[in-house]
Amino acid sequence: QRKESLRSVSVDLNHDASLLIDIPDALCERDKVKFTVHTKTTLSSFQKPDFSVPRQHEDFIWLHDTLVETEDYAGLIIPPAPPKPDFDSPREKMHKLGEGEATMTKEEYTKMKQELEAEYLAVFKKTVQVHEIFLQRLSSHPVLSKDRNFQIFLEYDQDLSVRRKNAKEMFGGFFKNMVKSADEVLISGVKEVDDFFEQEKTFLLDYYSKIKDSTAKAEKMTRAHKNIADDYIHISATLNSLAADDMTANKKNLEKLSDLFEKFRKVEGRVASDQDLKLTELLRYYMRDIQAAKDLLYRRARALADYENSNKALDKARLKSKDIPQAEEHQRQCLQKFDKLSESGKKELTSFKGRRVVAFRKNFIEMAELEIKHAKNSVTLLQGCIELLKSN
Amino acid sequence: MATSSERSPPPFPDSEDQDVLDTEEVRGRDSDEDEDLFGSPSTSPVTGMDTTLTSDVSMKPPSDIMNDPLIEPMSSQTENKPASEPSDDFFDLTNNVSVVAAAATKSDDFVDILGSETGAQRGEVVKADVTVEATIDKSEVTAGITDPLSQQEAKQTSTAPVIDLSGDSQPVTSKIANPLVDLFSDAPPAAEAKKPSSANVDLFDDEEGSDIFAEPLQTKPAKQLQKSLFGEPDEDVFGEPLGAISKKPVPKEQKEKSVTTKVTAGGPLQDSKPANIFSQAAASTPSVTSTVNSKSNGVHSEEEGDIFAAEATVELSLDSPRNERKKEAIAKPSAPTPTSLPAAASLTKPQPPALEELEEEEEEEEEDKFDIFVSVKDPEKIGDGMNAYMAYKVSTQTTLPMFRNKTFTVRRRFSDFLGLYEKLSEKHGPNGFIVPPPPEKSLLGMTKVKVGKEDSSSTDFVERRRGALERYLQRVVNHPSLLQDPDVREFLEREELPRAVSTQALSGAGFLKMINKATDAVSKMTIKMNESDVWFEEKLQEVESADQQFRKLHALVESLVVHRKELSLNTASFAKSAAMLGSAEDNTALSRALSQLAEVEDKMEQLHQEQAANDTFTFAEMIADYIRLLGAVRGSFDHRMKAWQRWQDAQSMLQKKRETEAKLLWANKPDKLQLAKEEIAEWEAKVTQYERDFERVSATVRKEVIRFEREKTKNCKRQIIKYLECLLQSQQQLIKYWEAFLPEAKAIA
Repeated sequence: QRKESLRSVSVDLNHDASLLIDIPDALCERDKVKFTVHTKTTLSSFQKPDFSVPRQHEDFIWLHDTLVETEDYAGLIIPPAPPKPDFDSPREKMHKLGEGEATMTKEEYTKMKQELEAEYLAVFKKTVQVHEIFLQRLSSHPVLSKDRNFQIFLEYDQDLSVRRKNAKEMFGGFFKNMVKSADEVLISGVKEVDDFFEQEKTFLLDYYSKIKDSTAKAEKMTRAHKNIADDYIHISATLNSLAADDMTANKKNLEKLSDLFEKFRKVEGRVASDQDLKLTELLRYYMRDIQAAKDLLYRRARALADYENSNKALDKARLKSKDIPQAEEHQRQCLQKFDKLSESGKKELTSFKGRRVVAFRKNFIEMAELEIKHAKNSVTLLQGCIELLKSN
Repeated sequence: MATSSERSPPPFPDSEDQDVLDTEEVRGRDSDEDEDLFGSPSTSPVTGMDTTLTSDVSMKPPSDIMNDPLIEPMSSQTENKPASEPSDDFFDLTNNVSVVAAAATKSDDFVDILGSETGAQRGEVVKADVTVEATIDKSEVTAGITDPLSQQEAKQTSTAPVIDLSGDSQPVTSKIANPLVDLFSDAPPAAEAKKPSSANVDLFDDEEGSDIFAEPLQTKPAKQLQKSLFGEPDEDVFGEPLGAISKKPVPKEQKEKSVTTKVTAGGPLQDSKPANIFSQAAASTPSVTSTVNSKSNGVHSEEEGDIFAAEATVELSLDSPRNERKKEAIAKPSAPTPTSLPAAASLTKPQPPALEELEEEEEEEEEDKFDIFVSVKDPEKIGDGMNAYMAYKVSTQTTLPMFRNKTFTVRRRFSDFLGLYEKLSEKHGPNGFIVPPPPEKSLLGMTKVKVGKEDSSSTDFVERRRGALERYLQRVVNHPSLLQDPDVREFLEREELPRAVSTQALSGAGFLKMINKATDAVSKMTIKMNESDVWFEEKLQEVESADQQFRKLHALVESLVVHRKELSLNTASFAKSAAMLGSAEDNTALSRALSQLAEVEDKMEQLHQEQAANDTFTFAEMIADYIRLLGAVRGSFDHRMKAWQRWQDAQSMLQKKRETEAKLLWANKPDKLQLAKEEIAEWEAKVTQYERDFERVSATVRKEVIRFEREKTKNCKRQIIKYLECLLQSQQQLIKYWEAFLPEAKAIA
């Protein structure tokens, strides 16, 4: 399945014309999705000004992980990795539909299938989109865009053949997370020296839990819209077969109502998908982004703790009058690292805030406009149908 | 009085029979062996009727047809009728009226005289209406319309005074025993009195006419003929106001009509006009009725109602013979209906015109609603624990004169509604009527209510049931025949109702099971039956598939309701979550926008909730109603099938008796032969009786199904529009809310 992807909608990025990235194509092969990453650049660090490479989801994850692990980027919010493509839900539904084929009319089945295909396509588009956004976030970042791995990712025209994580590594990753969580608790005792970060920390922790909740609720709401759209399909089909059997004047009434429900399901389906795109996706993305910001805070807090420890070590060294220069050097390095982290962290968090507000604004406006558009559409449909019925 | 109040109103059995007779004749011909036996006439009125019927079956000799209508009224006048055939008095009415009508149309000079007398113009209009009615009736009652002639001859003497009296227009002298005289003498004075002064209501009130109506009724309640005629003048009175409006055209019409009825061919169009005027007037001026009848008692008005019913049924029944005819025309050109046509033509009683009129009137009838509105309100839990029950306020608003007051309210509990249904279905079901069914008992729903949980599902349940009961009652009172039922009136009017017993049988699943069983039996019988009437076969199939589809649709709409409620719930929780997010947001403008979004979503939740209620009460309940009603329709088919079965059984019994007779004859046993002959006669009577029953039921079912379909179309359309309008409103609200949100979103900086 080769599908054109949509331009990003969820995040507003300050595009740097010197490095433009998009994913014009993606190919779905069973579980794997192959993205075509297209780059257009004026930067001399690239060999060509215009090139495309095939990349898989795992390559994106590799890129993300290398960035996170790069010490120099500890003071940056690393753009969140795109989530793994998940076609399970539409696939499962398709399977269910196949099982229930006998209970439906042919027309009904066709419509349901269409609906599922549309859903599948929407998931596909969304997947492509989040991968694209990840790369665009990197390309528009002053520091990250210069990353060597990033450039390799974009330029290397062979398969990156990133090794799939084995079970040990998977467990290792899990263990690392555990340690991190434990560490977070440990270093939480460290007294914050900067009010900005103190506030930011409280805010992000609170905000994260709230936005996580909102995302789940918005997802549910969107799905409920989808269910209603599906109900409309069946109702329309049943009304249609009722009308087919009806030999009285009521036939026309039923036919009209059936038509209306058929049109309604399209509108309702659009309401569901637009809500998903404009609201749920936005929340989902910022939930991950805030996690990335929290990670930055953790790294800084870790650095602060390291600095405190180096201070203690220096005190001890002075007391013992032993290895003082090494301790001084270590303390200096820790302080330097912490200061650097604090400085870039402050910048990053401030810009993140601005970015978030802009993105919310954009999406809210678009969502409201779409809701109005769909509702107006429904009104026109309803008015037309009522008029037809009344004049009949 | 007992006979009149007790009578179930299957109107016009004879006219109904006619349609079926046409088809039955095919069968009749097949059984030629019966022919000679049918030839033997008997003196008793019942057998007399049977003879006519059997004669119809056996090739329909014209002489028998001539006999048929004459014998029938006689039999009813002697009041020998069994209770099971109460509608015969109705037939009387029409026959008698038709006599008058015939007389009127026959003697054009009489009409001319009336036409020249301006004072009597009104009376003329009245008569014109009656005439048209009568012609319709007649053409309906007997396809081989030979009766009017003989009827006229027989009653020429009695109609003569009518002419005189109406010409003189002296109401006081009209208080003669002869009801015909009453009829005609009343109407003109009323008209005259009305003409000079515009305050017709007052005049109607103290008009002795109303007294006249009431008096003979009280003194001679048993005389059906008279009563039914009293109904007629009442209607004429309604006709008055309209006549006053269209003063000039009507007399002209009258003159034309008197000619055209003779011409036969030119008649139809002209004829139809007065008829329409009549029916319109009857429908549009019920307020006058109430004042006129304010003094009269229930019986009186009931008679009048019967006429309404008669109208309705006549119109309906005419539709079916037409279809019949079409079919027959294709199937067998030598069908009996065409043969009856020449007879009609020779008698200057045009049948085809009547049919056309019928069609027009049928359209007319769509607007013809009885001026009665019933509402079921204020459900109230009475008692505690498991003995608790729900009581509803049943309020009636009507101007129909059959009720004592214009508005009245009674308290009824659910089992009373079921009891009413049981009574009605017992009485009218076997006759082929589609009795609107009430909502089923629901143990689960009611238990919740009884336990006293004040959750939304139990209030939903109560509201659903209240609505269903209201629609059920409205369907009952809108049914022309059921409205006449004394039990309906008692239900609406009487303060205390005896507790309904054995409503248990109707409870929920049991009720549905019963219907399903019945339909199973029906389908089994259909195979045996070798259905002679394609119409019924097709309709039954239609009904069955519609039933299935409606059930599916109901389940779907229920699931839509569930999903809508889910959406409402999810929207509510998102709204809460968005509000929380807004409070966590440190950008002031974004925080504000988020809390605004939360508010919008809160309103959305409200809208979805309202929409779920709309889905439930307007859409799902409509479908539930139709599932119940389709069950009732199938029940009526079942009753038809039962009637058929009874007839067939009787026929095979008769066959057996004949065989016994033949054996006895062969064995030469004259002593037992007499007994066998008697038995044969008895069974012959039964066979004809049952065949008649079957034909009557068939015709009723056919009419009822047509009525049901028409009502369904109308009701569905209304309900759908209501549903869509609610949806529309909700969408418009939605636009408003989002439009209000848009500037908030734009204000985020």
